[in-house]
Amino acid sequence: MSIFYFIAFLSILFAVLVISAKNPVHSILYLVLTFFTFTVQYILLNAQFLAIVNFIVYMGAILVLFLYTLMLINLNKDSEPMKTNMVKIAAVLGGGCLLVVVVAALKVVGVSDPVLVRDPNLGLVKNLGKVLFDEFLLPFEISSLLLLSAMVGAVLLATKDPKIA
Amino acid sequence: MDTREIIVRLVLIVVIFLISLVIAMYSTYAERKIAAFFQDRVGPNRAGPFGILQPLADGAKMFLKEEIIPTNSSKFLFIVGPSLAIMTACIGSAVIPWGQQIQIGTRMYDLQVTDINVGLLYIFGVVSLGVYGVMIGGWASNNKYSLLGAIRAASQNISYEIAMGLSIIALLMVTNTLSLKEIAAQQHGWHWNVLYQPIGFLLFIVCAFAETNRTPFDLPECETELVGGYHTEYSSMKLGFYLFAEYINMFVSSAVMATLYWGGYNYPGMDWVAAHVGPVVGPLIGMVVLFAKIFLFIFFFMWVRWTIPRFRYDQLMDLGWKGLIPLAIANIIGTGLWITFVK
Repeated sequence: MSIFYFIAFLSILFAVLVISAKNPVHSILYLVLTFFTFTVQYILLNAQFLAIVNFIVYMGAILVLFLYTLMLINLNKDSEPMKTNMVKIAAVLGGGCLLVVVVAALKVVGVSDPVLVRDPNLGLVKNLGKVLFDEFLLPFEISSLLLLSAMVGAVLLATKDPKIA
Repeated sequence: MDTREIIVRLVLIVVIFLISLVIAMYSTYAERKIAAFFQDRVGPNRAGPFGILQPLADGAKMFLKEEIIPTNSSKFLFIVGPSLAIMTACIGSAVIPWGQQIQIGTRMYDLQVTDINVGLLYIFGVVSLGVYGVMIGGWASNNKYSLLGAIRAASQNISYEIAMGLSIIALLMVTNTLSLKEIAAQQHGWHWNVLYQPIGFLLFIVCAFAETNRTPFDLPECETELVGGYHTEYSSMKLGFYLFAEYINMFVSSAVMATLYWGGYNYPGMDWVAAHVGPVVGPLIGMVVLFAKIFLFIFFFMWVRWTIPRFRYDQLMDLGWKGLIPLAIANIIGTGLWITFVK
């Protein structure tokens, strides 16, 4: 349990550093660390497959692309558009409202019913595969179609050729 | 896991780490000698007999050279880059089974550091993490050539990772397991996966070249366009780490290819040999066979480097996205049909 709290503390620390870092590239690197702490949490939950997939997909692919984009556009203090104070105040108010809603929602949910995991080895790749391709086959296939359509849409938007777009 | 098991594991970890480093060191020597052979030259022959001490001389040079950190670089990340590169290169070998179970005293021990049941994905994860070393180093240098090298490395890695992952999926359909220990054991007696997955192996080896930044895919450090690519600003042992990481990666990816496709520690007639030499020497012979396969792959890496010229960047992307990925998907479909109707 103490390991959980330590890793959870690190997750929150790195997450705060993501938004407080001045340099966008540093911010992405902190995000990489945040995702790494998530991977450790999954391993602690005995969900090895989820851990390694989080590692490969988020740390190994998505964040590399984030980093790639940020390095290309090379944001820094001089070129960053400065927001006016009005916008900043509005942002603080909006964020505060969101926080209130989230806290209220959490309060209603409460912690009365701790979910009991029937099989502690559920996160192993064999069991997870059986559940995904048997019990949840339809949602699984539908979400894969959704991802495919999103990908096709992105390619379509990015294509400049008027004949194709 | 008792103390003896832990001690055996620790010894194994240290030995594998040392072997990786020594092999990486002597790969630099082998590369020069092989290059010399291909170009009809002599190669390094001054330090020691046949130049055998050349890697030590190079190491001493690397350590003693002046250390330069550019003024406008991001200093912390400038140091993190090469450290990350060498670290990710070294942790990949943890899941490779080096041999069958060996008998020490009265007990049997695995010749593998750890057998996690997602071993194959672990290797894939380490490979995908490897690009951070290059990207961080290239960006932190604050040099446009380094940055271009880093960006090339990122897009190249992402592109070829997809084809590599798809080729691994086809392999998984044949093996039905992600554990490298089981994959190696399944290939006992001429059931080598390369016989079932020839196209998958071809895809995997091409992607391995791209992931290790070896010629013909070494565009991140293309010296005719980018001075030195991502390590332009690096000097001394930090440069050494980058170069060294490439050789360790080459060793680890050779070991992975030998284990996944070429039977790992299996060799023809191993049951007969094992019955005659006993449970201690038998696994060690298997280990020697595995290393022979690894050295053949390392030689192949070098052979290609001194034979095939570098791709142009658009050719690299075309090959990855329009050549390898469709081929990998076709391979998955073909494997599926084969498993359903033939096997």
